[in-house]
Amino acid sequence: MKPPVQFPPEIGTEGPRADAEGLPLRVNERPHRVAPGATLFQLRDRLKPDADVVILNGFPLAEDRPLAAGDEVVLIRRGEVPSPEELESLMVARHGPGVHARVKAARVGIAGCGGLGSAVAIALARTGVGHLLLVDFDVVEPSNLNRQQFFIDQIGLPKVDALRDNLLRMNPYVRTETRNLRLTARNIPETFAGCHVIAECFDDPTMKRDLTVAVRRDLPTIPLVTVSGIAGYGPADSIRVRRIFRNVWLVGDTETAAAPGRGLLAPRVAVAAGQQANVVLRLLLGEEGEGSGRRESDPVEEG
Amino acid sequence: MRIRVNGESREVDQASSLLDLLRQIGLEARNLAIEHNGEFVEDDRLGEVTLNEGDTLEIVRFVGGG
Repeated sequence: MKPPVQFPPEIGTEGPRADAEGLPLRVNERPHRVAPGATLFQLRDRLKPDADVVILNGFPLAEDRPLAAGDEVVLIRRGEVPSPEELESLMVARHGPGVHARVKAARVGIAGCGGLGSAVAIALARTGVGHLLLVDFDVVEPSNLNRQQFFIDQIGLPKVDALRDNLLRMNPYVRTETRNLRLTARNIPETFAGCHVIAECFDDPTMKRDLTVAVRRDLPTIPLVTVSGIAGYGPADSIRVRRIFRNVWLVGDTETAAAPGRGLLAPRVAVAAGQQANVVLRLLLGEEGEGSGRRESDPVEEG
Repeated sequence: MRIRVNGESREVDQASSLLDLLRQIGLEARNLAIEHNGEFVEDDRLGEVTLNEGDTLEIVRFVGGG
């Protein structure tokens, strides 16, 4: 695994300079230096001997190993409530290198906060996406609770407010912006301009189509992840991802409509929302090919 | 003649329109988003677009559920 930060080659190799300065690394997101040859567990014993979990570069280790320049070390004691400064770094300790900085800088638009939108927003908030724009016109109803990520005591609340409250309980470091409005071809461009990626999470097929057409035409540089065909309890692996237009990715089996006698159920909606959130993440990380949303200012990682 | 529909090769009659093709593959002309050779096709032009050998089509039909 490649460290996210590259140090000059003379630091971290044997020699007078490394001896004088030590190996630069980060412990719980703070800069730290250790003597060359120091090991992970020596570091733990010195800084936090009662740590139960030792994470090196995003991976928890039960065996000691030597430290190298650029390593990211996280030390966690179970049950301990970390300080606010430490909390965010501990929350992203399992992301692996390079992910946090990129998703933290991102702004993602969620068009519709029902079964798909509530689950996509939760996945992205837990991943540490810095800014989520939540758009929906509806309120939480009892019939939503079979698949949507709300609670009984939220019935009657605007979905955008209920979802924001839930997200902030999971990750207080996400900035949320809510718009309680009905999206139309007219207000879609102004609502989502400035997002790095948009997730289409509507229920209504005409709104799905209209958003897709509007983003393709009016926001051609913003990738859209749209969804069609997620009802029922057919095989989960028939929910696929396909790039349909230059800036549009489609998730779903493309056929199974919600209809009388064929409902929307939590498992398959969760599969689709997971696929959708994963495509959003891949777009933010520049993993979906040309035009996939990587910005010029982003750090480039080979491989 | 052969064209490509959603990445797959398909045989269609000469001088078929896009609307003919939709009928042939049993797709209702509702809630569709279609690209013909990379150009978006508005709903009211489905009968006017004539298909030619080697054309590429991307046809998406949106169904409800979310």
